[in-house]
Amino acid sequence: MARKLTPKQQKERRTLVFSALMGAGVVGSGLMAYLPMHLKWEAYLRPPGALNEKDLLGSCIKCGQCVQVCPVEAIKLSDGEGGFGIGVPYIDARAQACDFSCDATQCVLACPTGALSHKIDKKEQVNMGLARLSRPDACLARLGQGFKGQARGADFEGLHRYEKIDRWNPIKIADHPYDLPLCDLCVRECPIKGAISMQPLTTDQDKDDPRRTPVVHDKCVGCGMCEMICPLETTAIVIDQTREGPKV
Amino acid sequence: MRGIVDSLRLLMGGEPRKQSRAEFSAEAQELHAFKGQPEQRKERIAKIRAELAEPTFSFTHRSFKWRKWRWASIILINMLFVVSFHYDVQLVEGALTASRFVGFHMADLNSALQVTLAHKNLVINLVIGTLTVAILWWLVGGRSFCSWACPYHLVSEWAEMLHIWLAGKGWIKDHPLDRRMRSVLYVIFALLALVSGYTVFESISPVGILSRALIYGAGVAMTWVGVLLFIEVFLVRRFWCRYVCPIGMTYGFVGSVSPVVVEYTLPECLHEGECRKVCLVPHVLEMTKKNRAEDVALTLGADCTRCGMCIEACPTGALNFKLRGTGGLI
Repeated sequence: MARKLTPKQQKERRTLVFSALMGAGVVGSGLMAYLPMHLKWEAYLRPPGALNEKDLLGSCIKCGQCVQVCPVEAIKLSDGEGGFGIGVPYIDARAQACDFSCDATQCVLACPTGALSHKIDKKEQVNMGLARLSRPDACLARLGQGFKGQARGADFEGLHRYEKIDRWNPIKIADHPYDLPLCDLCVRECPIKGAISMQPLTTDQDKDDPRRTPVVHDKCVGCGMCEMICPLETTAIVIDQTREGPKV
Repeated sequence: MRGIVDSLRLLMGGEPRKQSRAEFSAEAQELHAFKGQPEQRKERIAKIRAELAEPTFSFTHRSFKWRKWRWASIILINMLFVVSFHYDVQLVEGALTASRFVGFHMADLNSALQVTLAHKNLVINLVIGTLTVAILWWLVGGRSFCSWACPYHLVSEWAEMLHIWLAGKGWIKDHPLDRRMRSVLYVIFALLALVSGYTVFESISPVGILSRALIYGAGVAMTWVGVLLFIEVFLVRRFWCRYVCPIGMTYGFVGSVSPVVVEYTLPECLHEGECRKVCLVPHVLEMTKKNRAEDVALTLGADCTRCGMCIEACPTGALNFKLRGTGGLI
């Protein structure tokens, strides 16, 4: 037998149902942020010292203090498309790589939660990813070609610290033109010693053959400097996010 | 003690408790009885009529003595972050979720809670920042964070004005929700962080989204803020701040024993109900109803945001800010 509800009870029930719906809507909206991650819309390159992706997203307080201290302004915060990683820092290396202009890892020092691990105090301990020659056929060095001019054109806003020009202040890459008989920009500007080197294409290559190939070594920390400096329209070298956390 | 329990129960969504006469102070009983006399009732009605005739009674002519300070405070706090970053002043680095104020760590209580639950790790900087912020907002009233610092509160206030205007025209109406919803959501978001390891709430927190948008630039997440404001204008008045926000609830707990309170004094009150009309959390003003105040002077509960709107709205000055524990010196 259905009990007859008074108008007041009916109103209360309506309020309760509407509240439950709205509440479910709020929780659902929150959970929807899982979607971009499940679909892997973006594979972000994270700043130096970042914990593995899962721990980073959970431990980052989304404040952007790392953004504020970076001298080359390499760090950005992901937005809604970052899912649960909304407000979590990333680096678009092609636009502006981390070149360790700050010498120490300022972003790590700024992080209030250890999402960028405080265990890191040297750039060599960083583990953001690993460089990979993604378009070997386009690489100027592999074609034996030189490079003359501004690495990324006159309009490129990216900064880099050239120690020989100004030890302390990064300058625009556009303000530092090159004239190279063989393009070795990715090796030349790499901030980590022994991370990448030029090697002959084969062991039995002719001595007069100028062609060389960049080879990435274990020491590579994935800072993305090579990706930023590559002078081709579409870069020939990219960073893969192989990071599992810092190397300490 | 009973006062605190009641105030927390109210914060968590409980209905205001109707006290029995036995719980009333002798003074209050006497005053209620006096106000109930026929000639006093007539006088009260006459006084209210006189109030209504005053031009300052209308909302548009009201003095907003607290509101202008409050809006200035919200704008100043948020602009400090923006200016600090854009001109590299290094005064307040970070966003509202966590920052360094001239080098001192500050962490939003709810953001710190979410991060700690998700990552299951206590970081010393975060503990220091959380304690600093907790003490700071305890001193100034807890939920005063909402009305004096939160950027979403400000835009939500504007949405509310629009809502009230539209409702006044009869084009829309408010659909109040069950206030227990906020407690349920609080627990759900805490559990989600704990179980999933992600700070799920942060992806829909309009406070974090707005604060970051102001400092670092707006993105697609701002559409969510737009959705919330749309709901608040057309469907549910103050939807987020009233029924959802766990940040407000966290600060509510902090402010439950705060020295800064709004005090209600029964003798001045004519029970017009103007205060409850403007209040974000009218359940804390239950004592302003006729025959409800159990004492001649009472403080508003933990859910009160110390916004001062009731103080501005009260035609007889029965509501005022008070600093507890100073023996009435201030």
